Amino acid sequence: MAMISGDNHGLRLAVRYTVLALIALIFIFPLVFMVMSSFKPDQQLLVDASSLRAFLPVGDISLNNYSAAFERAPVGLFVFNSVLVTGVTVALSLLICSAAGFAFVFINWKGRGVILSVLLATLIVPFETIAIPMLLMVSKLPWLGMEGLTWGWLNSYHVQIIPFIADGLTIFLFVQYFKDLPGELIEAARVEGASWFQIYRRIVMPLSGPILATAAILKFLAMYNQYLWPLMVTQEEGYRPVMVGLQYFFQLNIAWGEVMAYLSLITLPVLGFYLYLQKAFIASIASTGVKG
Amino acid sequence: MKFNKLVASAAILAWASAANATETLSMWYHGAGNEVELKLINEVIADFNAAQADWKVELQTFPQAAYNDSVVAGALAGNLPDILDVDGPVMPNWAWAGYMQPLKIDESKIANFLPGTKGIWNGQLYSIGLWDAAIALTTRQSILDELGLRKPTVDAPWTKDEFMAALDAAKASGKYEFALDLGTAWTGEWYPYAFSPLMQSFGGDIVDRSTYKTAEGALNGEAAQAFGAWWQGLFTGGYAQSTQDGADRDSGFASGKYAFSWNGNWAALGALSAHPDTVFLPPPDLGNGPKIGAASWQFGVSATSKFPEGAAAFIEFALDDKYLAAFSNGIGLIPATPTAAEMVDNYKAGGPLADFVTYSSKFGMVRPVTPGYVVQAKVFEKALADIAQGADVAATLDAAVDEINADIEKNSGYGH
Repeated sequence: MAMISGDNHGLRLAVRYTVLALIALIFIFPLVFMVMSSFKPDQQLLVDASSLRAFLPVGDISLNNYSAAFERAPVGLFVFNSVLVTGVTVALSLLICSAAGFAFVFINWKGRGVILSVLLATLIVPFETIAIPMLLMVSKLPWLGMEGLTWGWLNSYHVQIIPFIADGLTIFLFVQYFKDLPGELIEAARVEGASWFQIYRRIVMPLSGPILATAAILKFLAMYNQYLWPLMVTQEEGYRPVMVGLQYFFQLNIAWGEVMAYLSLITLPVLGFYLYLQKAFIASIASTGVKG
Repeated sequence: MKFNKLVASAAILAWASAANATETLSMWYHGAGNEVELKLINEVIADFNAAQADWKVELQTFPQAAYNDSVVAGALAGNLPDILDVDGPVMPNWAWAGYMQPLKIDESKIANFLPGTKGIWNGQLYSIGLWDAAIALTTRQSILDELGLRKPTVDAPWTKDEFMAALDAAKASGKYEFALDLGTAWTGEWYPYAFSPLMQSFGGDIVDRSTYKTAEGALNGEAAQAFGAWWQGLFTGGYAQSTQDGADRDSGFASGKYAFSWNGNWAALGALSAHPDTVFLPPPDLGNGPKIGAASWQFGVSATSKFPEGAAAFIEFALDDKYLAAFSNGIGLIPATPTAAEMVDNYKAGGPLADFVTYSSKFGMVRPVTPGYVVQAKVFEKALADIAQGADVAATLDAAVDEINADIEKNSGYGH
């Protein structure tokens, strides 16, 4: 009986892993296709696309598409711009949104329920509906920089960062997470005379690793994939991010190999960031049920 | 007294140096990512900057696919450059929207330019192009011979019946997967550019050009309905594909998949290198004369430019035949003047692509010259794609007319 039960367990495991492996393959195939295609000349890439060869490093393999991609567009500059804008936005967003979430959950102040509701309501407003009013606003705002006081934020890094530091979703994530923290900890700290800032910095944030990772990854992806906003506010090539840069490759006759090489290159920072925070992200999903 | 003289002299000097100061002209161009095009435009700018001291042009390039959106965003933010380039059929929209101002250049200099290169709206010149593009019915002499077909000429193009007989012969030969490559893999502007002239050759149009206030009768009239039925028949009859793989569009004619290809002069050299006996036939006369699309990218001056005279000076400078020829040699498009065409091996008399110059000047027809075109083009594309997929012709064209008319009404007639 024990033998049969053990066999069943083994079979169940085998089936489970097979299904999981198949699902993983479905998700990984587009990435493999992209990377493999980036090494192939266009003609071969298109022929291979209709067979399993599309996923294999076979045929005329070279790095020519990569060198051509660097010749066609300032790839390094675009990646730098995206990483800079995304990195700064993520860092500031974690700081501001976690502080806001802390204030909503732990500090008693008049109207916080109403303001939180209004913040949550912004989640249903598509960005496209506010893009033009935002453009009109930022094109007239003052900025104090190295050149003194200037008017208009267009063609800058800060125009791509500041409007996206705080957002309803990230604040909501922190609010939900903070609600599950033991209230006794906060109360004890208050009794001991700790200030709100001390509680935020020394108690709440050290306990918030998983939600910080989740918020960071979601924000990173949203910012790294920005297209419409940077297209509207960066007329100078020097400030363009990777997604606007992708358009450099869509000429009349599209060089698909170069497109794949460019996509492979710009995917690297995303993969690296995700792998770095993977453990905390999974822990966060497991503990809060948040889906990314 | 001496001090006063000194101050006066200094003031005069300051004024004089200010008067002689070089003003910077900003320029936007759609060619980012296209190395050859960028090299050419940079050469024109460098020559202009070196040739005079009043103006200095500074270039900012954009990827073509994102260019129009960038200009619209720039206009909203009050951040347009002095000089911009604009796709010919889009120009009336930008002029109407207040993004562009009339172009003040010596019009005698463009008297011999191809008609499609002149961006005229409301009776005024707004933009001018250094080149034009043209479409031909591409095939091989050996195919014509093998199928026993008459080679059409400019004066005696194929009639609709002859064209269909040619497609029938190609289909019946069993040698080709499809008789005709229409390029349905390409979407967007390709549809109105390549296919609305076929409708015009039937006698229909995207919009009623006599008033530009309605599409009624033009896009759903008898001629347009006949075109729609014929268009649908190309697909249901198995002559062409309603959906096409991009790779087939790029290499299908070269590999012998198609007997005929409806394609532009930009693809002509590739076809010739695949098959040296490639011939570029005039468009068929489908009842109302042979027609092809005209107007490509052109240069104009933004409405907010502080230096329209400088911007116009640059554009006038760029109209020199040597630049028209250089662009043609570089990117394969048709030079705007016959004299420049003579400087280009491909397009000079007897050159392998000389037919395109003739087709452009004789059969070229600009797309509807109205600010509403940008919407009408999208409606037209959708209607043709739906009909190709089997949608009811009359109902689809009626729906397209309603959509276009609603847009015209919403925009108070677009100033017509």
